[in-house]
Amino acid sequence: MAHTPMAERPLSPHLQIYRWTMTMATSIIHRATGMAMMAGTVLLAFWLVSAAMGPEAYAFAQGLFGSPFGLFVLFGYTYVVFFHMLNGLRYMFWDLGHGFNPQFADMTGTVAVAAAGVLTLLTWSVGLYLRGGF
Amino acid sequence: MSIRTPYARVQGLGSAKEGVGHFIAQRLSAAALIPLFLIFIAFIISIADADYETFKARISSPLMATPLLLLILTGFYHMRIGVQVVIEDYIHKHGTKLLLLALNTFWAVGGALLCIYSVLKLSFAG
Repeated sequence: MAHTPMAERPLSPHLQIYRWTMTMATSIIHRATGMAMMAGTVLLAFWLVSAAMGPEAYAFAQGLFGSPFGLFVLFGYTYVVFFHMLNGLRYMFWDLGHGFNPQFADMTGTVAVAAAGVLTLLTWSVGLYLRGGF
Repeated sequence: MSIRTPYARVQGLGSAKEGVGHFIAQRLSAAALIPLFLIFIAFIISIADADYETFKARISSPLMATPLLLLILTGFYHMRIGVQVVIEDYIHKHGTKLLLLALNTFWAVGGALLCIYSVLKLSFAG
Protein backbone atom coordinates (compact mmCIF):
# COMPACT_ATOMS: atom_id res chain seq x y z
CA MET A 1 0.00 0.00 0.00
CA ALA A 2 2.87 2.33 0.76
CA HIS A 3 3.94 1.95 -2.86
CA THR A 4 0.64 3.02 -4.38
CA PRO A 5 1.21 6.38 -6.11
CA MET A 6 -0.86 9.13 -4.50
CA ALA A 7 -3.60 10.46 -6.74
CA GLU A 8 -3.81 14.26 -7.15
CA ARG A 9 -6.59 15.08 -4.75
CA PRO A 10 -7.93 18.45 -3.64
CA LEU A 11 -6.33 19.58 -0.36
CA SER A 12 -8.14 21.25 2.50
CA PRO A 13 -7.37 24.97 2.88
CA HIS A 14 -4.28 25.65 4.95
CA LEU A 15 -2.48 28.56 6.66
CA GLN A 16 -2.01 30.72 3.55
CA ILE A 17 -5.77 30.74 2.81
CA TYR A 18 -7.09 32.02 6.13
CA ARG A 19 -7.03 35.58 7.42
CA TRP A 20 -4.76 35.71 10.44
CA THR A 21 -6.56 35.88 13.77
CA MET A 22 -5.22 36.36 17.27
CA THR A 23 -6.24 32.85 18.37
CA MET A 24 -4.48 31.35 15.34
CA ALA A 25 -1.35 33.48 15.87
CA THR A 26 -1.10 32.66 19.59
CA SER A 27 -1.56 28.95 18.86
CA ILE A 28 1.33 29.04 16.37
CA ILE A 29 3.52 31.17 18.67
CA HIS A 30 2.77 28.77 21.53
CA ARG A 31 4.25 25.88 19.54
CA ALA A 32 7.13 28.00 18.23
CA THR A 33 8.04 29.14 21.74
CA GLY A 34 7.79 25.55 22.93
CA MET A 35 10.31 24.46 20.31
CA ALA A 36 12.51 27.48 21.10
CA MET A 37 12.56 26.38 24.74
CA MET A 38 13.79 22.96 23.66
CA ALA A 39 16.81 24.79 22.22
CA GLY A 40 16.89 26.74 25.49
CA THR A 41 17.35 23.51 27.47
CA VAL A 42 20.71 23.16 25.69
CA LEU A 43 21.73 26.55 27.12
CA LEU A 44 20.61 25.52 30.61
CA ALA A 45 22.57 22.26 30.38
CA PHE A 46 25.62 24.08 29.01
CA TRP A 47 25.50 26.60 31.87
CA LEU A 48 25.09 24.00 34.65
CA VAL A 49 27.73 21.64 33.21
CA SER A 50 30.18 24.56 32.88
CA ALA A 51 29.53 25.54 36.48
CA ALA A 52 30.11 21.98 37.64
CA MET A 53 33.43 21.80 35.75
CA GLY A 54 35.01 24.55 37.82
CA PRO A 55 35.65 28.29 38.14
CA GLU A 56 37.33 28.72 34.72
CA ALA A 57 34.55 26.98 32.77
CA TYR A 58 31.95 28.89 34.79
CA ALA A 59 33.66 32.22 34.04
CA PHE A 60 33.73 31.30 30.34
CA ALA A 61 29.99 30.50 30.31
CA GLN A 62 29.14 33.64 32.28
CA GLY A 63 31.23 35.64 29.80
CA LEU A 64 29.27 34.20 26.87
CA PHE A 65 25.88 34.88 28.48
CA GLY A 66 27.05 38.34 29.57
CA SER A 67 28.18 39.36 26.07
CA PRO A 68 25.83 41.61 24.06
CA PHE A 69 24.68 38.68 21.92
CA GLY A 70 24.33 36.46 25.01
CA LEU A 71 22.19 39.06 26.77
CA PHE A 72 20.08 39.44 23.62
CA VAL A 73 19.45 35.68 23.52
CA LEU A 74 18.60 35.59 27.25
CA PHE A 75 16.26 38.58 26.83
CA GLY A 76 14.45 36.77 24.02
CA TYR A 77 14.43 33.55 26.06
CA THR A 78 12.75 35.43 28.94
CA TYR A 79 9.96 36.64 26.63
CA VAL A 80 9.55 33.16 25.15
CA VAL A 81 9.05 31.53 28.56
CA PHE A 82 6.71 34.25 29.84
CA PHE A 83 4.57 34.06 26.69
CA HIS A 84 4.37 30.26 26.81
CA MET A 85 3.41 30.47 30.49
CA LEU A 86 0.69 33.10 30.04
CA ASN A 87 -0.75 31.49 26.91
CA GLY A 88 -0.62 28.12 28.69
CA LEU A 89 -2.76 29.64 31.46
CA ARG A 90 -5.23 30.64 28.74
CA TYR A 91 -5.34 27.02 27.58
CA MET A 92 -5.98 25.85 31.13
CA PHE A 93 -9.03 28.10 31.38
CA TRP A 94 -10.21 26.75 28.02
CA ASP A 95 -9.75 23.21 29.37
CA LEU A 96 -12.04 24.16 32.25
CA GLY A 97 -14.61 25.35 29.72
CA HIS A 98 -14.14 29.12 30.06
CA GLY A 99 -13.09 31.92 27.72
CA PHE A 100 -14.29 30.55 24.37
CA ASN A 101 -16.25 33.64 23.32
CA PRO A 102 -14.40 34.79 20.15
CA GLN A 103 -14.00 38.42 21.22
CA PHE A 104 -12.85 37.37 24.69
CA ALA A 105 -10.44 34.77 23.27
CA ASP A 106 -8.93 37.44 20.99
CA MET A 107 -8.62 39.80 23.94
CA THR A 108 -6.87 37.25 26.20
CA GLY A 109 -4.51 36.45 23.31
CA THR A 110 -3.56 40.11 22.96
CA VAL A 111 -3.11 40.29 26.74
CA ALA A 112 -0.77 37.25 26.68
CA VAL A 113 1.40 38.79 23.92
CA ALA A 114 1.57 42.18 25.65
CA ALA A 115 1.83 40.99 29.27
CA ALA A 116 4.72 38.69 28.36
CA GLY A 117 6.54 41.78 27.08
CA VAL A 118 5.75 43.74 30.24
CA LEU A 119 6.91 40.89 32.50
CA THR A 120 10.12 40.52 30.46
CA LEU A 121 10.92 44.24 30.75
CA LEU A 122 10.03 44.18 34.46
CA THR A 123 12.29 41.15 35.10
CA TRP A 124 15.25 42.73 33.32
CA SER A 125 14.67 46.11 34.97
CA VAL A 126 14.72 44.50 38.41
CA GLY A 127 17.78 42.43 37.48
CA LEU A 128 19.76 45.37 36.12
CA TYR A 129 18.66 47.61 39.00
CA LEU A 130 19.78 45.11 41.65
CA ARG A 131 23.11 44.72 39.87
CA GLY A 132 23.57 48.47 39.96
CA GLY A 133 23.31 48.66 36.18
CA PHE A 134 21.34 51.89 36.28
CA MET B 1 -18.81 -4.96 21.34
CA SER B 2 -16.99 -3.07 18.64
CA ILE B 3 -18.23 -1.86 15.28
CA ARG B 4 -14.66 -1.72 13.90
CA THR B 5 -13.77 -4.21 11.22
CA PRO B 6 -11.47 -7.12 12.13
CA TYR B 7 -8.95 -5.68 9.64
CA ALA B 8 -8.77 -2.38 11.56
CA ARG B 9 -8.27 -4.33 14.78
CA VAL B 10 -5.42 -6.33 13.31
CA GLN B 11 -3.78 -3.11 12.11
CA GLY B 12 -3.96 -1.74 15.64
CA LEU B 13 -5.99 1.29 14.59
CA GLY B 14 -8.12 3.21 17.04
CA SER B 15 -7.63 4.65 20.49
CA ALA B 16 -4.57 3.61 22.47
CA LYS B 17 -6.54 4.44 25.67
CA GLU B 18 -3.65 6.59 26.90
CA GLY B 19 -4.67 10.04 25.66
CA VAL B 20 -6.24 11.35 28.87
CA GLY B 21 -3.17 10.50 30.94
CA HIS B 22 -0.99 12.42 28.45
CA PHE B 23 -3.38 15.39 28.54
CA ILE B 24 -3.39 15.54 32.36
CA ALA B 25 0.40 15.11 32.61
CA GLN B 26 0.91 18.06 30.25
CA ARG B 27 -1.35 20.35 32.31
CA LEU B 28 -0.12 19.22 35.72
CA SER B 29 3.54 19.71 34.79
CA ALA B 30 2.64 23.11 33.27
CA ALA B 31 1.03 24.23 36.53
CA ALA B 32 4.03 23.07 38.55
CA LEU B 33 6.43 24.92 36.24
CA ILE B 34 4.89 28.35 36.95
CA PRO B 35 6.22 28.79 40.51
CA LEU B 36 9.40 26.86 39.70
CA PHE B 37 10.23 29.21 36.82
CA LEU B 38 9.57 32.32 38.93
CA ILE B 39 11.92 30.99 41.64
CA PHE B 40 14.53 30.26 38.97
CA ILE B 41 14.34 33.85 37.62
CA ALA B 42 14.85 35.22 41.14
CA PHE B 43 17.82 32.86 41.57
CA ILE B 44 19.42 33.93 38.27
CA ILE B 45 19.10 37.61 39.21
CA SER B 46 20.59 36.91 42.65
CA ILE B 47 23.72 35.25 41.23
CA ALA B 48 24.19 37.31 38.06
CA ASP B 49 27.19 39.18 39.41
CA ALA B 50 28.33 36.73 42.09
CA ASP B 51 31.79 35.17 42.14
CA TYR B 52 32.16 31.39 41.84
CA GLU B 53 32.21 30.61 45.57
CA THR B 54 29.10 32.69 46.26
CA PHE B 55 27.33 31.09 43.29
CA LYS B 56 28.27 27.63 44.53
CA ALA B 57 27.10 28.35 48.07
CA ARG B 58 23.73 29.64 46.82
CA ILE B 59 23.02 26.87 44.32
CA SER B 60 23.90 24.17 46.86
CA SER B 61 21.52 25.53 49.50
CA PRO B 62 18.69 22.97 49.90
CA LEU B 63 16.16 25.76 49.44
CA MET B 64 17.64 26.58 46.02
CA ALA B 65 18.85 23.16 44.86
CA THR B 66 15.47 21.52 45.48
CA PRO B 67 13.34 23.89 43.36
CA LEU B 68 16.09 23.87 40.72
CA LEU B 69 16.09 20.06 40.54
CA LEU B 70 12.28 20.11 40.42
CA LEU B 71 12.43 22.66 37.58
CA ILE B 72 14.86 20.44 35.65
CA LEU B 73 12.78 17.26 36.15
CA THR B 74 9.42 18.90 35.44
CA GLY B 75 10.72 21.06 32.59
CA PHE B 76 12.36 18.22 30.66
CA TYR B 77 9.28 16.05 31.28
CA HIS B 78 6.94 18.78 29.99
CA MET B 79 9.25 19.25 26.98
CA ARG B 80 9.27 15.51 26.28
CA ILE B 81 5.49 15.18 26.06
CA GLY B 82 4.93 18.56 24.38
CA VAL B 83 7.48 18.08 21.59
CA GLN B 84 6.12 14.55 21.11
CA VAL B 85 2.75 16.05 20.10
CA VAL B 86 4.41 18.51 17.69
CA ILE B 87 6.35 15.68 16.02
CA GLU B 88 3.24 13.49 15.74
CA ASP B 89 1.29 16.40 14.25
CA TYR B 90 3.74 17.42 11.53
CA ILE B 91 5.98 14.45 10.68
CA HIS B 92 4.07 11.82 8.74
CA LYS B 93 6.93 9.74 7.38
CA HIS B 94 7.02 6.71 9.62
CA GLY B 95 10.79 6.24 9.95
CA THR B 96 11.55 9.94 10.41
CA LYS B 97 8.80 10.23 13.00
CA LEU B 98 10.11 7.30 15.03
CA LEU B 99 13.66 8.67 14.85
CA LEU B 100 12.62 12.16 16.02
CA LEU B 101 10.45 10.71 18.80
CA ALA B 102 13.43 8.66 19.98
CA LEU B 103 15.79 11.66 19.84
CA ASN B 104 13.24 13.71 21.79
CA THR B 105 13.18 11.10 24.54
CA PHE B 106 16.98 10.73 24.51
CA TRP B 107 17.50 14.48 24.96
CA ALA B 108 14.76 14.68 27.61
CA VAL B 109 16.48 12.00 29.70
CA GLY B 110 20.09 12.83 28.80
CA GLY B 111 19.74 16.61 29.10
CA ALA B 112 17.89 16.32 32.40
CA LEU B 113 20.59 13.99 33.75
CA LEU B 114 23.38 16.36 32.64
CA CYS B 115 21.69 19.19 34.56
CA ILE B 116 20.88 17.10 37.63
CA TYR B 117 24.37 15.60 37.87
CA SER B 118 25.89 19.09 37.59
CA VAL B 119 23.71 20.52 40.37
CA LEU B 120 24.52 17.57 42.61
CA LYS B 121 28.26 17.89 41.89
CA LEU B 122 28.15 21.62 42.72
CA SER B 123 26.37 20.72 45.96
CA PHE B 124 28.37 17.73 47.18
CA ALA B 125 31.81 17.62 45.55
CA GLY B 126 34.64 19.78 46.88
